[in-house]
Amino acid sequence: MSAVRDRLQQFLAFGSLIAIFLFFSIASSSFLNYSNVTSILFSTVVIGLLALGTTFVIITSGIDLSIGTGMTLCAVMSGVLIVNTGLPVWLGVLGTILFGGLIGFVNGFNVSFLGIPPFIATLAMMLVAQGLALVISDSTPIYFNDEPGYIAISTGHLLGVDFPNAVLVLAVATVIAAVVLNRTILGRYTYSIGSNEEATALSGISVRKWKLAIYTLAGLFTGLAGVMISARLASAQPGTGIGYELQAIAAVVIGGTSLAGGKGSIVGTLIGALIISVLNNGLQIMSIPQEWQNVILGAVILVAVYADMARKRSSTV
Amino acid sequence: MGKWLMVCAASLALGFAACGDDGGETTGGASAGGGGGGGGEQPYIAIVSKGFQHQFWQAVKQGAEDEAKAKGAKITFEGPPTEQDIEQQVTMLTNAIQKKPAAIGFAALDSKASAPLMEQAKSANIPVIAFDSGVESDVPVTTAATDNKAAAAEAAKHMSELIGGKGKVALVVHDQTSRTGIERRDGFVEWMKANAPDVELLPVQYGAGDQAKSADIAKSIIQANPDLKGFYGANEGSAIGVVKGVEESGKKGITIVGFDSGKAQMDAIRSGVMAGAITQNPVGMGKQLVDSALAAINGEQQPKVIDTGFYWYDKTNIDDPKIAAVLYE
Repeated sequence: MSAVRDRLQQFLAFGSLIAIFLFFSIASSSFLNYSNVTSILFSTVVIGLLALGTTFVIITSGIDLSIGTGMTLCAVMSGVLIVNTGLPVWLGVLGTILFGGLIGFVNGFNVSFLGIPPFIATLAMMLVAQGLALVISDSTPIYFNDEPGYIAISTGHLLGVDFPNAVLVLAVATVIAAVVLNRTILGRYTYSIGSNEEATALSGISVRKWKLAIYTLAGLFTGLAGVMISARLASAQPGTGIGYELQAIAAVVIGGTSLAGGKGSIVGTLIGALIISVLNNGLQIMSIPQEWQNVILGAVILVAVYADMARKRSSTV
Repeated sequence: MGKWLMVCAASLALGFAACGDDGGETTGGASAGGGGGGGGEQPYIAIVSKGFQHQFWQAVKQGAEDEAKAKGAKITFEGPPTEQDIEQQVTMLTNAIQKKPAAIGFAALDSKASAPLMEQAKSANIPVIAFDSGVESDVPVTTAATDNKAAAAEAAKHMSELIGGKGKVALVVHDQTSRTGIERRDGFVEWMKANAPDVELLPVQYGAGDQAKSADIAKSIIQANPDLKGFYGANEGSAIGVVKGVEESGKKGITIVGFDSGKAQMDAIRSGVMAGAITQNPVGMGKQLVDSALAAINGEQQPKVIDTGFYWYDKTNIDDPKIAAVLYE
């Protein structure tokens, strides 16, 4: 029964995406074409990657506020490894993703072993990461202009056609995240911890260890996002990143993952991220004043959460 | 196994925390001379800027530090993490006044929010030099700033010439509330309205100076306006974002005009993707700031506004020594 309801929920998010997409296709003649659709997908990559990792954390009824500036710190780390240290690109990318994992590991440790509430632990990490990004880079952007192989990770065309690699990376990452959440022990325990942490612990599962693993996993996605944004910009910009975490959390919530924990899906999150970027793109194409774009985006989040709550209420009656 | 994991993680966490502390001190606090009051013979000037992480502020800081060294003064240079953190900047200014410096240099994020503190500085007999953007108060002895409206008008003039005086032009501006955002938008728009009747300006879009966001906006604009002739980015992040957006869209023949400097923008100008840009003179601004502060400490009379200047630069003069001196990577 619950499985049917979850399907329905995903279908609703997907239906909203289709509805918004159709609306813009009709409303503006320059919306629906190959280059604009790839451009929408491309602009989803960074927020999408951050949202994938955060989905796991939010399903455990946690939160990760450090992903925005953590991503920035990873971007800077990538610059240090590849540009300053001169590591081969593949090794630098691997190092950066693992470094993201390390940030997540520290978050996970603080949350599960020290018992610091996730909101506070990751808020502190958000500040630490922002500060470290500035310190390590000496407040100066690090440029990858002499590393065409690195830049190609985002903007190159592996398929030979005009389709940016970044979108492929997001697609592969989504599949991996979905498999981990739906087909592994880690995924099962993620739901279990979010539904009832105490019961999970009583059934002999080491909640602490698994939480540590879940935050570390979110960190790995943060590292990957750091690679993708710095490859796109051909530079690590140490001053940015704040606000990205909220967009990612918004994507997760629009995608039907409950902030109360226990429920959620990777496909839903991807749909949530796509809804945000379709809205951004469509409203810009229609030349809606930017102030109103924010109002509309905020309203969409409210509607998404309300719809979720209404569903839950009707299902418990 | 479990125990080892914990020990390992704890040391990592501590390592992180230690690094964080370290960072706070080097970036936020004193970088040239001590943080406390005057200390010895040299006058102490506390400078509160709009930030310190952008290249522009680093260049202002450089100019101020060099001049302080040359003239024998001590300075501190600090600023909030983002240019939206008005409250944090007000706190920094409050703390600066508490340190009883010989003079204060101040670049207001919000020209009104800091007015009460200006009075406080006045009653403490600390002269204030405003820089980069003015404060709505009579307290500052002088304001050392770029005339952003005139500079934006210059950008508009070049844009109009480059596109032959007609066609669609789009603007990506960093924000709609800061003084530089408003002036660089209005200076551009007003010049076009007055002098180029055949140029059609599209509604202004704002990208918070975030390169990725500005690039996405630029692509949407190109998508909606295939006949777009020109693009104006009102600060470093906006301009680089526009360049990225145009490159990613694969569209040729769009004239891009920018603002500020930075490596990516200079590369784009050298390679011809960007036609040219306006640069302020941040090093000169920092130098002027310290000079004015020292003059104020000595009680000298100064003009109310000191224009620190701006330059148009493009492929032809980017390596000119006079221009190269005001560009920063």
